[in-house]
Amino acid sequence: MKKVVQSAAEALAKVGLNDGATVLVGGFGLCGIPENLILALRELGVKNLTVVSNNAGIDDFGLGLLLQTRQIRKMVSSYVGENKLFERQYLDGELEVEFVPQGTLAERIRAGGAGIGGFYTPTGYGTPVAEGKETREIDGKMYVLEKPITGELALVKAHIGDTHGNLLYRKTARNFNQPIATAGKITIAEVEQLVPVGDLDPDQIHTPSIFVNYLLKGAHYEKRIEQRTTR
Amino acid sequence: MKNESSRERLAKRAALELQDGYYVNLGIGIPTLVANYVPEGMTVVLHSENGLLGIGPFPEDGEVDADLINAGKQTVTALPGASYFDSASSFGMIRGGHINLAILGALEVSQAGDIANWMVPGKMVKGMGGAMDLVAGAQRVVVVMTHNDKSGASKLLPECTLPLTGKRCIDLIITEKAVFEVDKQAQELVLIEKDPELSLEAIQACTAAKYRVALREPVSA
Repeated sequence: MKKVVQSAAEALAKVGLNDGATVLVGGFGLCGIPENLILALRELGVKNLTVVSNNAGIDDFGLGLLLQTRQIRKMVSSYVGENKLFERQYLDGELEVEFVPQGTLAERIRAGGAGIGGFYTPTGYGTPVAEGKETREIDGKMYVLEKPITGELALVKAHIGDTHGNLLYRKTARNFNQPIATAGKITIAEVEQLVPVGDLDPDQIHTPSIFVNYLLKGAHYEKRIEQRTTR
Repeated sequence: MKNESSRERLAKRAALELQDGYYVNLGIGIPTLVANYVPEGMTVVLHSENGLLGIGPFPEDGEVDADLINAGKQTVTALPGASYFDSASSFGMIRGGHINLAILGALEVSQAGDIANWMVPGKMVKGMGGAMDLVAGAQRVVVVMTHNDKSGASKLLPECTLPLTGKRCIDLIITEKAVFEVDKQAQELVLIEKDPELSLEAIQACTAAKYRVALREPVSA
């Protein structure tokens, strides 16, 4: 088993990503984003991407970097308020956006990774989100049918990984990374610490290695903070 | 009372909705301030939809951690007994009815308990975030908002005019002028508290939604 690669660029080279692909990217705001893989995606220059990610980064960090280079054609997100560049491209019609309620987004990704063909959720019933979708009453309550999300590629960031690809996240940096790790045809994980197989307690693993195809130790972590608030 | 800001008064009133042992989700803005008014001796566990139960106060300068934020992307701390989890599990807690109380802001609320708080046509839409899941899933949903918009128009309406966040999901509305319960059966509001300095006529004059009056003393915690 050889999943460990030396760099984010090497991992992407192994995938052979095409223009127009759907890429799932973990993180919430800038917390837990795969920053090295995003930079490598920018270097690679693939275009017309559909990116599924809860947020779109900020102007000069995270997914904002791929907006700068106009590599993203469509975003599937729950909230994008932190990004002026996004706003400009969206209003100019260069960028398409599909807003998905955050819980529906997480569950659609989870369903995609778990082979579920769809699910009925009460979220969004009677709102614009339900327009054009099947609704039905189950035991007296109204639900909306939502479909799974998968992608050609999933990019996640974990705190620690072992050489088999078992992953451990840290604090709230877990967020969308855990479901997204399951929903890519190919999943690449970047980690802050890479340890030999056997070093992690099997009882503590968050993402079992089966979901991870390639793994790398991130070259550099800036871990930028969006709202530094102190007492 | 006079030197207290209107925001603080709203947060204080909303805090009366807390009960010992509650798991609570607080929205961004005034709802976040409710955390400052949890009564002494009461244990309330705050949920952050990005994957934390047990939100603590903001960190000291030296303990800021980029891996530990709330849903408003602010750095926070975690209290003893806290837990971390992924986004899918987090919204399972919300949709599954495990969150006892959600407190959030609104642009409009209807007398049937509909809420609109995510989108104004013609303006840049930033997204609904977790609001649609929260209003659909929490056991009890409390709205804290100003009674009227900047032009003076009532935000309590017979029907919402903005695109909805959720239908028939609001239980209580707290404004700087009054507190209303939502009678979902009758599809009307019930005025249960008002600013003592305002007459019933003054409330009527600034409220477009249909309501009946059943004033009572605020339940103090």
